[in-house]
Amino acid sequence: MGARKSVRQQLRLLPVVPSVLLLLLFLAAPVVWSFHASFTNAALTGQNARNPAWTGVDNYARLLTDSAFPASVVLTVVFVVASAIVGQNLLGLLIAGLMTRARKPVSAVVGTVVVAAWVLPEIVAAFAAYAYFSKDGTLNQLLAGAGWAGADWLYAFPMVAVVLANIWRGTAFSMLVYRAALADVPQDISEAALMDGASGRQRLVFITLPLIRSSIATNLMLVTLQTLAVFTLIWVMTAGGPSNTSTTLPVLAYQEAFKFGDIGYGTAIASVLIVLGLVFGIAYVRLLKGDNR
Amino acid sequence: MTTAEQAAPRTANGRVASPARRKASAPADAALLLIGACFLLPLLWLVFASLDTNAGYQTRLPANASLTNFAAVLTPELLLRPLWNSVLLSGGTATVTLAAAVLAAYPLSRFQSRFNRPFLYSILCGTCLPITAIMVPVYGLFVQWRLLDSMPSTVLFMAATALPMAIWMTKNFMDTVPVALEEAAWMDGASGLTALRSVVLPLMRQGLGVVFIFVFIQTWGNFFVPFILLLSPSKQPASVSIFSFFGQHGAIAYGQLAAFSILYSVPVLVLYVLVARGAGVSFALSGAVRG
Repeated sequence: MGARKSVRQQLRLLPVVPSVLLLLLFLAAPVVWSFHASFTNAALTGQNARNPAWTGVDNYARLLTDSAFPASVVLTVVFVVASAIVGQNLLGLLIAGLMTRARKPVSAVVGTVVVAAWVLPEIVAAFAAYAYFSKDGTLNQLLAGAGWAGADWLYAFPMVAVVLANIWRGTAFSMLVYRAALADVPQDISEAALMDGASGRQRLVFITLPLIRSSIATNLMLVTLQTLAVFTLIWVMTAGGPSNTSTTLPVLAYQEAFKFGDIGYGTAIASVLIVLGLVFGIAYVRLLKGDNR
Repeated sequence: MTTAEQAAPRTANGRVASPARRKASAPADAALLLIGACFLLPLLWLVFASLDTNAGYQTRLPANASLTNFAAVLTPELLLRPLWNSVLLSGGTATVTLAAAVLAAYPLSRFQSRFNRPFLYSILCGTCLPITAIMVPVYGLFVQWRLLDSMPSTVLFMAATALPMAIWMTKNFMDTVPVALEEAAWMDGASGLTALRSVVLPLMRQGLGVVFIFVFIQTWGNFFVPFILLLSPSKQPASVSIFSFFGQHGAIAYGQLAAFSILYSVPVLVLYVLVARGAGVSFALSGAVRG
Protein backbone atom coordinates (compact mmCIF):
# COMPACT_ATOMS: atom_id res chain seq x y z
CA MET A 1 0.00 0.00 0.00
CA GLY A 2 2.66 2.46 1.13
CA ALA A 3 4.91 1.47 -1.74
CA ARG A 4 2.09 1.88 -4.24
CA LYS A 5 1.35 5.29 -2.86
CA SER A 6 4.92 6.43 -3.24
CA VAL A 7 5.04 5.07 -6.79
CA ARG A 8 1.93 7.06 -7.59
CA GLN A 9 3.48 10.13 -6.06
CA GLN A 10 6.53 9.68 -8.20
CA LEU A 11 4.41 9.22 -11.31
CA ARG A 12 2.90 12.59 -10.60
CA LEU A 13 6.34 14.10 -11.13
CA LEU A 14 6.59 12.57 -14.60
CA PRO A 15 5.67 15.81 -16.43
CA VAL A 16 8.77 17.44 -14.95
CA VAL A 17 11.01 15.02 -16.86
CA PRO A 18 11.24 16.93 -20.19
CA SER A 19 12.36 20.07 -18.37
CA VAL A 20 14.87 18.16 -16.29
CA LEU A 21 16.31 16.51 -19.40
CA LEU A 22 16.63 19.83 -21.24
CA LEU A 23 18.28 21.46 -18.24
CA LEU A 24 20.67 18.58 -17.67
CA LEU A 25 21.69 18.25 -21.32
CA PHE A 26 22.03 21.88 -22.24
CA LEU A 27 22.84 23.72 -19.02
CA ALA A 28 24.34 21.28 -16.54
CA ALA A 29 26.41 19.37 -19.10
CA PRO A 30 28.14 22.49 -20.49
CA VAL A 31 28.96 23.59 -16.93
CA VAL A 32 30.49 20.21 -16.12
CA TRP A 33 32.25 20.08 -19.47
CA SER A 34 33.62 23.58 -18.88
CA PHE A 35 35.32 22.51 -15.66
CA HIS A 36 36.62 19.37 -17.31
CA ALA A 37 37.97 21.14 -20.43
CA SER A 38 39.61 23.82 -18.33
CA PHE A 39 42.07 21.14 -17.12
CA THR A 40 43.06 20.20 -20.69
CA ASN A 41 44.76 21.84 -23.65
CA ALA A 42 41.66 21.47 -25.86
CA ALA A 43 41.96 23.60 -28.99
CA LEU A 44 39.62 24.90 -31.65
CA THR A 45 41.43 23.15 -34.51
CA GLY A 46 44.30 20.77 -35.12
CA GLN A 47 45.74 17.90 -33.10
CA ASN A 48 44.61 19.17 -29.71
CA ALA A 49 41.04 19.57 -30.93
CA ARG A 50 40.74 15.82 -31.53
CA ASN A 51 42.81 14.53 -28.64
CA PRO A 52 43.12 17.11 -25.91
CA ALA A 53 45.65 16.18 -23.23
CA TRP A 54 45.15 16.54 -19.51
CA THR A 55 47.27 19.47 -18.34
CA GLY A 56 46.18 19.75 -14.72
CA VAL A 57 45.94 23.24 -13.33
CA ASP A 58 48.13 24.76 -16.06
CA ASN A 59 45.32 26.93 -17.42
CA TYR A 60 44.51 28.28 -13.97
CA ALA A 61 48.18 28.92 -13.25
CA ARG A 62 48.31 30.83 -16.53
CA LEU A 63 45.32 32.94 -15.42
CA LEU A 64 47.43 34.25 -12.57
CA THR A 65 50.55 34.93 -14.60
CA ASP A 66 48.88 36.22 -17.77
CA SER A 67 48.56 39.97 -17.31
CA ALA A 68 45.40 40.06 -19.42
CA PHE A 69 43.33 38.17 -16.84
CA PRO A 70 43.81 40.35 -13.71
CA ALA A 71 43.33 43.43 -15.91
CA SER A 72 40.14 41.92 -17.25
CA VAL A 73 38.86 41.15 -13.73
CA VAL A 74 39.42 44.79 -12.76
CA LEU A 75 37.63 46.00 -15.91
CA THR A 76 34.72 43.64 -15.23
CA VAL A 77 34.38 44.94 -11.67
CA VAL A 78 34.52 48.53 -12.91
CA PHE A 79 31.95 47.77 -15.59
CA VAL A 80 29.53 46.07 -13.17
CA VAL A 81 29.90 48.61 -10.36
CA ALA A 82 29.77 51.71 -12.55
CA SER A 83 27.09 50.69 -15.02
CA ALA A 84 24.85 48.37 -12.98
CA ILE A 85 25.19 48.95 -9.24
CA VAL A 86 25.63 52.71 -9.49
CA GLY A 87 24.33 53.70 -12.92
CA GLN A 88 21.29 51.58 -13.72
CA ASN A 89 20.26 51.10 -10.12
CA LEU A 90 20.39 54.75 -9.00
CA LEU A 91 19.10 56.17 -12.27
CA GLY A 92 16.26 53.64 -12.28
CA LEU A 93 15.33 54.61 -8.72
CA LEU A 94 15.56 58.30 -9.61
CA ILE A 95 13.32 57.93 -12.67
CA ALA A 96 10.79 55.85 -10.75
CA GLY A 97 10.79 58.41 -7.93
CA LEU A 98 10.35 61.32 -10.34
CA MET A 99 7.50 59.47 -12.00
CA THR A 100 5.50 59.45 -8.77
CA ARG A 101 5.53 63.26 -8.86
CA ALA A 102 5.48 64.10 -12.54
CA ARG A 103 2.43 64.52 -14.72
CA LYS A 104 1.05 61.28 -16.08
CA PRO A 105 1.62 61.90 -19.80
CA VAL A 106 5.22 62.95 -19.10
CA SER A 107 5.86 59.74 -17.15
CA ALA A 108 4.26 57.69 -19.89
CA VAL A 109 6.33 59.22 -22.69
CA VAL A 110 9.64 59.09 -20.81
CA GLY A 111 8.89 55.56 -19.60
CA THR A 112 8.31 54.46 -23.18
CA VAL A 113 11.60 55.95 -24.39
CA VAL A 114 13.59 54.36 -21.54
CA VAL A 115 11.94 50.98 -22.12
CA ALA A 116 12.49 51.21 -25.89
CA ALA A 117 16.27 51.15 -25.39
CA TRP A 118 15.82 47.99 -23.32
CA VAL A 119 13.37 46.12 -25.55
CA LEU A 120 15.36 46.66 -28.75
CA PRO A 121 17.37 43.63 -29.87
CA GLU A 122 20.81 43.85 -28.28
CA ILE A 123 22.64 44.06 -31.59
CA VAL A 124 20.53 47.04 -32.69
CA ALA A 125 21.07 48.79 -29.36
CA ALA A 126 24.79 48.12 -29.72
CA PHE A 127 24.90 49.66 -33.21
CA ALA A 128 22.94 52.69 -32.04
CA ALA A 129 25.37 53.15 -29.15
CA TYR A 130 28.33 52.67 -31.50
CA ALA A 131 27.00 55.39 -33.80
CA TYR A 132 26.30 57.68 -30.84
CA PHE A 133 29.81 57.45 -29.42
CA SER A 134 31.77 57.24 -32.67
CA LYS A 135 34.12 60.03 -33.68
CA ASP A 136 31.63 61.90 -35.83
CA GLY A 137 28.63 60.67 -33.90
CA THR A 138 25.81 62.39 -32.09
CA LEU A 139 27.63 62.93 -28.80
CA ASN A 140 30.44 64.88 -30.43
CA GLN A 141 27.88 66.81 -32.47
CA LEU A 142 26.20 67.88 -29.22
CA LEU A 143 29.51 68.79 -27.59
CA ALA A 144 30.54 70.79 -30.63
CA GLY A 145 27.20 72.61 -30.46
CA ALA A 146 28.02 73.58 -26.88
CA GLY A 147 31.48 74.74 -27.95
CA TRP A 148 33.46 71.81 -26.55
CA ALA A 149 35.90 69.74 -28.48
CA GLY A 150 34.76 66.14 -28.56
CA ALA A 151 36.91 63.06 -28.34
CA ASP A 152 37.21 59.77 -30.12
CA TRP A 153 35.31 58.11 -27.27
CA LEU A 154 35.55 54.51 -28.42
CA TYR A 155 39.34 54.71 -28.67
CA ALA A 156 40.31 57.28 -26.06
CA PHE A 157 37.78 56.36 -23.36
CA PRO A 158 36.36 52.93 -24.29
CA MET A 159 35.27 52.06 -20.74
CA VAL A 160 33.41 55.34 -20.32
CA ALA A 161 31.59 54.70 -23.58
CA VAL A 162 30.57 51.10 -22.80
CA VAL A 163 29.55 51.98 -19.22
CA LEU A 164 27.33 54.83 -20.42
CA ALA A 165 25.92 52.66 -23.20
CA ASN A 166 25.08 49.90 -20.74
CA ILE A 167 23.34 52.37 -18.43
CA TRP A 168 21.31 53.59 -21.40
CA ARG A 169 20.49 50.06 -22.42
CA GLY A 170 19.64 48.54 -19.03
CA THR A 171 18.15 51.21 -16.77
CA ALA A 172 14.60 50.30 -17.83
CA PHE A 173 14.74 47.07 -15.82
CA SER A 174 15.56 48.86 -12.55
CA MET A 175 13.00 51.54 -13.37
CA LEU A 176 10.25 48.93 -13.79
CA VAL A 177 11.22 47.11 -10.59
CA TYR A 178 11.27 50.35 -8.59
CA ARG A 179 8.03 51.64 -10.09
CA ALA A 180 6.28 48.48 -8.95
CA ALA A 181 7.96 48.72 -5.52
CA LEU A 182 7.09 52.39 -5.01
CA ALA A 183 3.49 51.76 -6.01
CA ASP A 184 3.30 49.25 -3.15
CA VAL A 185 4.49 51.75 -0.52
CA PRO A 186 1.40 52.66 1.51
CA GLN A 187 0.58 56.35 1.07
CA ASP A 188 -0.58 56.87 4.66
CA ILE A 189 2.80 56.07 6.21
CA SER A 190 4.52 58.63 4.06
CA GLU A 191 1.75 61.13 4.72
CA ALA A 192 1.96 60.61 8.48
CA ALA A 193 5.68 61.39 8.30
CA LEU A 194 4.87 64.44 6.24
CA MET A 195 2.51 65.63 8.99
CA ASP A 196 5.30 65.15 11.51
CA GLY A 197 7.40 67.53 9.45
CA ALA A 198 9.77 65.07 7.79
CA SER A 199 11.58 66.51 4.78
CA GLY A 200 11.55 64.83 1.40
CA ARG A 201 15.00 63.42 1.98
CA GLN A 202 14.10 62.15 5.43
CA ARG A 203 11.02 60.44 4.10
CA LEU A 204 13.15 58.82 1.42
CA VAL A 205 15.91 57.63 3.78
CA PHE A 206 13.82 56.63 6.81
CA ILE A 207 10.56 55.47 5.23
CA THR A 208 10.61 54.72 1.52
CA LEU A 209 14.00 53.04 1.19
CA PRO A 210 13.52 50.70 4.20
CA LEU A 211 10.10 49.74 2.87
CA ILE A 212 11.43 48.78 -0.57
CA ARG A 213 14.70 47.25 0.65
CA SER A 214 13.87 43.76 -0.57
CA SER A 215 13.20 45.15 -4.06
CA ILE A 216 16.52 46.97 -3.90
CA ALA A 217 18.37 43.79 -2.94
CA THR A 218 16.63 41.74 -5.65
CA ASN A 219 17.28 44.41 -8.24
CA LEU A 220 20.96 44.79 -7.33
CA MET A 221 21.44 41.05 -7.61
CA LEU A 222 19.71 40.76 -10.98
CA VAL A 223 21.34 43.78 -12.64
CA THR A 224 24.74 42.60 -11.42
CA LEU A 225 24.20 39.20 -13.02
CA GLN A 226 22.86 40.68 -16.25
CA THR A 227 25.78 43.08 -16.51
CA LEU A 228 28.33 40.41 -15.67
CA ALA A 229 27.17 38.56 -18.78
CA VAL A 230 27.15 41.52 -21.19
CA PHE A 231 29.02 40.60 -24.35
CA THR A 232 27.35 41.97 -27.48
CA LEU A 233 27.35 45.62 -26.46
CA ILE A 234 31.07 45.64 -25.73
CA TRP A 235 31.99 43.44 -28.65
CA VAL A 236 30.21 45.67 -31.18
CA MET A 237 31.35 48.97 -29.68
CA THR A 238 35.03 48.29 -28.99
CA ALA A 239 35.62 44.55 -29.49
CA GLY A 240 37.45 44.75 -26.15
CA GLY A 241 40.03 47.15 -27.51
CA PRO A 242 41.99 49.20 -28.05
CA SER A 243 44.67 46.81 -26.74
CA ASN A 244 42.38 45.11 -24.22
CA THR A 245 41.38 48.27 -22.38
CA SER A 246 37.71 47.27 -22.42
CA THR A 247 38.04 43.47 -22.34
CA THR A 248 35.67 42.22 -19.66
CA LEU A 249 35.69 38.52 -18.74
CA PRO A 250 33.07 37.33 -21.28
CA VAL A 251 34.94 39.12 -24.07
CA LEU A 252 38.26 37.67 -22.88
CA ALA A 253 36.84 34.13 -22.77
CA TYR A 254 35.52 34.58 -26.32
CA GLN A 255 38.82 35.94 -27.61
CA GLU A 256 40.94 33.20 -26.06
CA ALA A 257 38.64 30.44 -27.26
CA PHE A 258 37.69 31.61 -30.74
CA LYS A 259 40.28 34.17 -31.81
CA PHE A 260 43.32 32.33 -30.44
CA GLY A 261 41.71 28.89 -30.64
CA ASP A 262 42.57 27.95 -27.07
CA ILE A 263 39.39 26.26 -25.85
CA GLY A 264 41.09 24.98 -22.69
CA TYR A 265 42.14 28.45 -21.56
CA GLY A 266 38.82 29.94 -22.69
CA THR A 267 36.88 27.43 -20.60
CA ALA A 268 39.08 28.22 -17.58
CA ILE A 269 37.96 31.85 -17.83
CA ALA A 270 34.38 30.71 -18.45
CA SER A 271 34.57 28.49 -15.36
CA VAL A 272 35.61 31.45 -13.24
CA LEU A 273 32.57 33.35 -14.55
CA ILE A 274 30.28 30.37 -13.91
CA VAL A 275 31.47 30.13 -10.32
CA LEU A 276 30.89 33.87 -9.90
CA GLY A 277 27.37 33.47 -11.31
CA LEU A 278 26.63 30.54 -9.01
CA VAL A 279 27.86 32.44 -5.94
CA PHE A 280 25.50 35.28 -6.81
CA GLY A 281 22.76 32.76 -7.60
CA ILE A 282 23.03 31.12 -4.18
CA ALA A 283 23.05 34.53 -2.50
CA TYR A 284 19.95 35.46 -4.48
CA VAL A 285 18.12 32.28 -3.48
CA ARG A 286 18.96 32.87 0.19
CA LEU A 287 17.66 36.40 -0.14
CA LEU A 288 14.33 35.24 -1.55
CA LYS A 289 14.04 32.44 0.99
CA GLY A 290 14.56 34.96 3.79
CA ASP A 291 11.87 37.11 2.22
CA ASN A 292 9.29 34.37 2.11
CA ARG A 293 9.71 33.42 5.73
CA MET B 1 19.00 60.29 15.58
CA THR B 2 21.32 63.28 15.37
CA THR B 3 20.73 63.85 11.71
CA ALA B 4 17.00 63.79 12.29
CA GLU B 5 17.31 66.36 15.06
CA GLN B 6 19.49 68.63 12.97
CA ALA B 7 17.27 68.42 9.98
CA ALA B 8 13.97 68.83 11.77
CA PRO B 9 14.06 72.57 12.57
CA ARG B 10 15.19 73.42 9.07
CA THR B 11 12.25 71.57 7.70
CA ALA B 12 9.89 73.30 10.07
CA ASN B 13 11.07 76.72 8.89
CA GLY B 14 11.72 75.93 5.27
CA ARG B 15 9.73 73.55 3.14
CA VAL B 16 6.77 73.17 5.41
CA ALA B 17 4.88 70.09 4.44
CA SER B 18 2.91 71.09 1.40
CA PRO B 19 -0.38 69.25 1.27
CA ALA B 20 -0.11 69.29 -2.51
CA ARG B 21 2.64 66.68 -2.46
CA ARG B 22 0.75 64.30 -4.67
CA LYS B 23 0.04 66.97 -7.23
CA ALA B 24 2.33 67.01 -10.25
CA SER B 25 5.40 69.14 -9.83
CA ALA B 26 7.07 71.06 -12.62
CA PRO B 27 10.69 70.30 -11.56
CA ALA B 28 9.95 66.59 -11.66
CA ASP B 29 8.48 66.97 -15.15
CA ALA B 30 11.51 68.90 -16.35
CA ALA B 31 13.98 66.44 -14.86
CA LEU B 32 12.17 63.49 -16.39
CA LEU B 33 12.00 65.13 -19.80
CA LEU B 34 15.74 65.82 -19.68
CA ILE B 35 16.48 62.18 -18.83
CA GLY B 36 14.07 61.07 -21.53
CA ALA B 37 15.85 63.25 -24.10
CA CYS B 38 19.18 61.62 -23.22
CA PHE B 39 17.64 58.19 -23.73
CA LEU B 40 16.01 59.24 -26.99
CA LEU B 41 19.10 60.66 -28.72
CA PRO B 42 20.80 57.38 -29.69
CA LEU B 43 17.49 56.08 -31.03
CA LEU B 44 16.90 59.19 -33.08
CA TRP B 45 19.95 58.40 -35.18
CA LEU B 46 18.41 55.07 -36.19
CA VAL B 47 15.21 56.70 -37.41
CA PHE B 48 16.85 59.59 -39.27
CA ALA B 49 19.57 57.45 -40.86
CA SER B 50 17.03 54.92 -42.09
CA LEU B 51 15.30 57.66 -44.10
CA ASP B 52 18.51 59.20 -45.40
CA THR B 53 20.26 57.71 -48.43
CA ASN B 54 23.51 59.54 -47.57
CA ALA B 55 23.48 58.69 -43.89
CA GLY B 56 26.64 58.70 -41.79
CA TYR B 57 27.08 58.53 -38.04
CA GLN B 58 25.80 62.05 -37.60
CA THR B 59 22.27 62.61 -36.42
CA ARG B 60 20.63 65.00 -38.84
CA LEU B 61 17.31 65.42 -40.51
CA PRO B 62 17.55 63.74 -43.91
CA ALA B 63 17.96 66.29 -46.71
CA ASN B 64 15.40 64.48 -48.80
CA ALA B 65 13.72 61.79 -46.77
CA SER B 66 12.82 58.67 -48.69
CA LEU B 67 12.14 55.01 -48.17
CA THR B 68 14.96 54.07 -50.54
CA ASN B 69 16.92 52.31 -47.78
CA PHE B 70 13.91 50.22 -46.82
CA ALA B 71 13.34 49.29 -50.46
CA ALA B 72 17.02 48.38 -50.82
CA VAL B 73 17.03 45.91 -47.92
CA LEU B 74 13.65 44.43 -48.78
CA THR B 75 15.06 41.44 -50.66
CA PRO B 76 14.77 37.74 -49.83
CA GLU B 77 18.55 37.47 -49.34
CA LEU B 78 19.01 40.48 -47.08
CA LEU B 79 15.81 40.66 -45.09
CA LEU B 80 13.21 37.99 -45.58
CA ARG B 81 15.26 34.84 -45.04
CA PRO B 82 17.03 36.13 -41.92
CA LEU B 83 13.71 37.31 -40.50
CA TRP B 84 12.13 33.95 -41.29
CA ASN B 85 15.03 32.24 -39.53
CA SER B 86 14.45 34.51 -36.55
CA VAL B 87 10.76 33.54 -36.56
CA LEU B 88 11.66 29.83 -36.65
CA LEU B 89 14.24 30.20 -33.92
CA SER B 90 12.14 32.38 -31.61
CA GLY B 91 8.83 30.65 -32.28
CA GLY B 92 10.41 27.22 -31.86
CA THR B 93 12.20 28.21 -28.67
CA ALA B 94 9.12 29.85 -27.16
CA THR B 95 6.95 26.82 -28.01
CA VAL B 96 9.36 24.24 -26.61
CA THR B 97 9.97 26.36 -23.51
CA LEU B 98 6.29 26.94 -22.83
CA ALA B 99 5.36 23.28 -23.32
CA ALA B 100 8.12 22.06 -21.01
CA ALA B 101 7.42 24.82 -18.47
CA VAL B 102 3.67 24.10 -18.30
CA LEU B 103 4.28 20.38 -17.82
CA ALA B 104 6.86 21.01 -15.12
CA ALA B 105 4.87 23.73 -13.37
CA TYR B 106 1.74 21.61 -12.98
CA PRO B 107 2.99 19.06 -10.41
CA LEU B 108 5.14 21.75 -8.78
CA SER B 109 2.12 23.95 -8.29
CA ARG B 110 -0.45 21.28 -7.42
CA PHE B 111 1.23 18.49 -5.46
CA GLN B 112 3.27 18.76 -2.32
CA SER B 113 6.51 16.85 -2.63
CA ARG B 114 9.89 16.83 -1.00
CA PHE B 115 11.28 17.33 -4.47
CA ASN B 116 9.54 20.70 -5.09
CA ARG B 117 11.55 23.16 -3.03
CA PRO B 118 15.05 21.91 -3.87
CA PHE B 119 14.08 21.75 -7.55
CA LEU B 120 12.62 25.25 -7.63
CA TYR B 121 15.56 26.75 -5.83
CA SER B 122 18.16 25.05 -8.00
CA ILE B 123 16.24 26.32 -11.01
CA LEU B 124 16.33 29.81 -9.57
CA CYS B 125 20.06 29.37 -9.22
CA GLY B 126 20.10 28.34 -12.88
CA THR B 127 18.58 31.67 -13.91
CA CYS B 128 21.74 33.23 -12.53
CA LEU B 129 24.06 31.31 -14.83
CA PRO B 130 25.76 33.84 -17.13
CA ILE B 131 24.84 32.45 -20.56
CA THR B 132 27.63 34.30 -22.34
CA ALA B 133 30.06 32.53 -20.02
CA ILE B 134 28.86 29.06 -20.98
CA MET B 135 28.99 29.67 -24.73
CA VAL B 136 32.63 28.54 -24.96
CA PRO B 137 31.89 25.16 -23.29
CA VAL B 138 28.61 24.84 -25.21
CA TYR B 139 30.50 25.27 -28.46
CA GLY B 140 33.00 22.61 -27.39
CA LEU B 141 30.23 20.24 -26.41
CA PHE B 142 28.26 20.85 -29.61
CA VAL B 143 31.38 20.03 -31.64
CA GLN B 144 31.68 16.69 -29.83
CA TRP B 145 27.98 15.89 -30.14
CA ARG B 146 27.97 17.04 -33.79
CA LEU B 147 25.14 19.48 -33.14
CA LEU B 148 26.78 22.60 -34.56
CA ASP B 149 24.99 24.53 -37.28
CA SER B 150 21.69 22.82 -36.58
CA MET B 151 18.51 24.79 -36.10
CA PRO B 152 16.73 22.21 -33.87
CA SER B 153 19.64 21.84 -31.48
CA THR B 154 20.03 25.62 -31.25
CA VAL B 155 16.31 25.83 -30.45
CA LEU B 156 16.68 23.20 -27.73
CA PHE B 157 19.67 24.98 -26.23
CA MET B 158 17.91 28.34 -26.21
CA ALA B 159 14.83 26.71 -24.71
CA ALA B 160 16.98 25.28 -21.92
CA THR B 161 18.45 28.71 -21.16
CA ALA B 162 14.97 30.28 -21.04
CA LEU B 163 13.42 27.40 -19.10
CA PRO B 164 14.39 28.28 -15.50
CA MET B 165 12.73 31.68 -15.65
CA ALA B 166 9.79 30.27 -17.63
CA ILE B 167 9.09 27.47 -15.12
CA TRP B 168 9.30 29.94 -12.28
CA MET B 169 6.90 32.38 -13.97
CA THR B 170 4.48 29.67 -15.10
CA LYS B 171 4.33 28.17 -11.63
CA ASN B 172 3.59 31.56 -10.10
CA PHE B 173 0.81 32.15 -12.61
CA MET B 174 -0.57 28.66 -12.04
CA ASP B 175 -0.60 29.17 -8.28
CA THR B 176 -3.17 31.93 -8.77
CA VAL B 177 -5.68 29.53 -10.39
CA PRO B 178 -7.89 28.12 -7.60
CA VAL B 179 -7.60 24.36 -7.09
CA ALA B 180 -11.33 24.05 -6.41
CA LEU B 181 -12.16 24.27 -10.11
CA GLU B 182 -9.88 21.35 -10.91
CA GLU B 183 -11.27 19.29 -8.08
CA ALA B 184 -14.64 19.57 -9.73
CA ALA B 185 -13.11 18.22 -12.93
CA TRP B 186 -11.46 15.39 -11.00
CA MET B 187 -14.85 14.50 -9.51
CA ASP B 188 -16.16 14.19 -13.04
CA GLY B 189 -13.41 11.65 -13.65
CA ALA B 190 -10.91 13.83 -15.52
CA SER B 191 -7.25 12.87 -15.08
CA GLY B 192 -4.68 15.37 -13.89
CA LEU B 193 -3.48 16.27 -17.36
CA THR B 194 -7.01 16.57 -18.73
CA ALA B 195 -7.88 18.94 -15.91
CA LEU B 196 -4.73 20.88 -16.72
CA ARG B 197 -5.70 21.18 -20.38
CA SER B 198 -9.39 21.89 -20.03
CA VAL B 199 -9.53 23.88 -16.78
CA VAL B 200 -6.22 25.36 -15.72
CA LEU B 201 -4.64 26.44 -19.01
CA PRO B 202 -7.67 28.38 -20.31
CA LEU B 203 -7.82 30.25 -17.00
CA MET B 204 -4.17 31.25 -17.16
CA ARG B 205 -3.90 32.01 -20.86
CA GLN B 206 -2.91 35.58 -20.15
CA GLY B 207 0.00 34.37 -18.06
CA LEU B 208 0.94 31.83 -20.73
CA GLY B 209 0.90 34.60 -23.31
CA VAL B 210 3.25 36.63 -21.17
CA VAL B 211 5.68 33.73 -20.82
CA PHE B 212 5.56 32.94 -24.55
CA ILE B 213 6.15 36.55 -25.58
CA PHE B 214 8.82 36.98 -22.91
CA VAL B 215 10.80 34.02 -24.30
CA PHE B 216 10.10 35.05 -27.90
CA ILE B 217 11.43 38.59 -27.38
CA GLN B 218 14.47 37.29 -25.55
CA THR B 219 15.32 34.81 -28.31
CA TRP B 220 14.56 37.27 -31.12
CA GLY B 221 17.05 39.75 -29.73
CA ASN B 222 19.74 37.23 -28.87
CA PHE B 223 22.89 37.67 -30.91
CA PHE B 224 25.59 35.68 -29.19
CA VAL B 225 24.00 32.21 -29.15
CA PRO B 226 23.13 31.94 -32.88
CA PHE B 227 26.41 33.73 -33.69
CA ILE B 228 28.31 30.87 -32.05
CA LEU B 229 26.08 27.91 -32.90
CA LEU B 230 24.78 28.61 -36.43
CA LEU B 231 27.52 28.82 -39.02
CA SER B 232 25.96 28.76 -42.47
CA PRO B 233 24.48 32.08 -43.63
CA SER B 234 21.33 30.35 -44.85
CA LYS B 235 20.43 29.46 -41.25
CA GLN B 236 21.44 32.66 -39.53
CA PRO B 237 18.76 34.85 -37.98
CA ALA B 238 18.53 38.61 -38.47
CA SER B 239 20.58 39.34 -35.33
CA VAL B 240 23.62 37.72 -36.97
CA SER B 241 23.02 38.52 -40.65
CA ILE B 242 22.91 42.22 -39.76
CA PHE B 243 26.70 42.04 -39.76
CA SER B 244 26.70 41.81 -43.54
CA PHE B 245 26.07 45.58 -43.56
CA PHE B 246 29.04 46.14 -41.37
CA GLY B 247 32.40 46.57 -42.97
CA GLN B 248 32.36 43.50 -45.16
CA HIS B 249 33.11 45.47 -48.30
CA GLY B 250 34.91 48.25 -46.47
CA ALA B 251 32.17 50.83 -46.91
CA ILE B 252 29.29 50.64 -44.46
CA ALA B 253 25.79 51.25 -45.74
CA TYR B 254 24.64 53.21 -42.70
CA GLY B 255 21.20 54.01 -44.06
CA GLN B 256 20.50 50.40 -44.98
CA LEU B 257 21.87 49.18 -41.67
CA ALA B 258 19.46 51.52 -39.87
CA ALA B 259 16.52 50.54 -42.07
CA PHE B 260 17.23 46.85 -41.50
CA SER B 261 17.57 47.45 -37.75
CA ILE B 262 14.17 49.09 -37.63
CA LEU B 263 12.43 46.37 -39.64
CA TYR B 264 14.08 43.76 -37.44
CA SER B 265 13.11 45.56 -34.21
CA VAL B 266 9.47 46.27 -35.01
CA PRO B 267 8.13 42.80 -34.17
CA VAL B 268 9.53 42.81 -30.62
CA LEU B 269 8.39 46.37 -30.02
CA VAL B 270 4.86 45.37 -31.07
CA LEU B 271 4.93 42.25 -28.89
CA TYR B 272 6.18 44.25 -25.93
CA VAL B 273 3.39 46.80 -26.30
CA LEU B 274 0.93 43.92 -26.51
CA VAL B 275 2.11 42.54 -23.16
CA ALA B 276 2.38 45.96 -21.53
CA ARG B 277 -1.11 47.00 -22.69
CA GLY B 278 -2.83 43.69 -22.16
CA ALA B 279 -1.39 42.42 -18.95
CA GLY B 280 0.64 45.26 -17.51
CA VAL B 281 4.37 45.14 -17.05
CA SER B 282 4.09 44.86 -13.29
CA PHE B 283 1.94 41.79 -13.87
CA ALA B 284 4.69 40.27 -16.00
CA LEU B 285 7.34 41.26 -13.50
CA SER B 286 5.33 39.84 -10.63
CA GLY B 287 5.58 36.50 -12.35
CA ALA B 288 9.28 36.90 -12.87
CA VAL B 289 10.70 38.58 -9.82
CA ARG B 290 8.62 37.45 -6.88
CA GLY B 291 9.51 34.21 -5.18
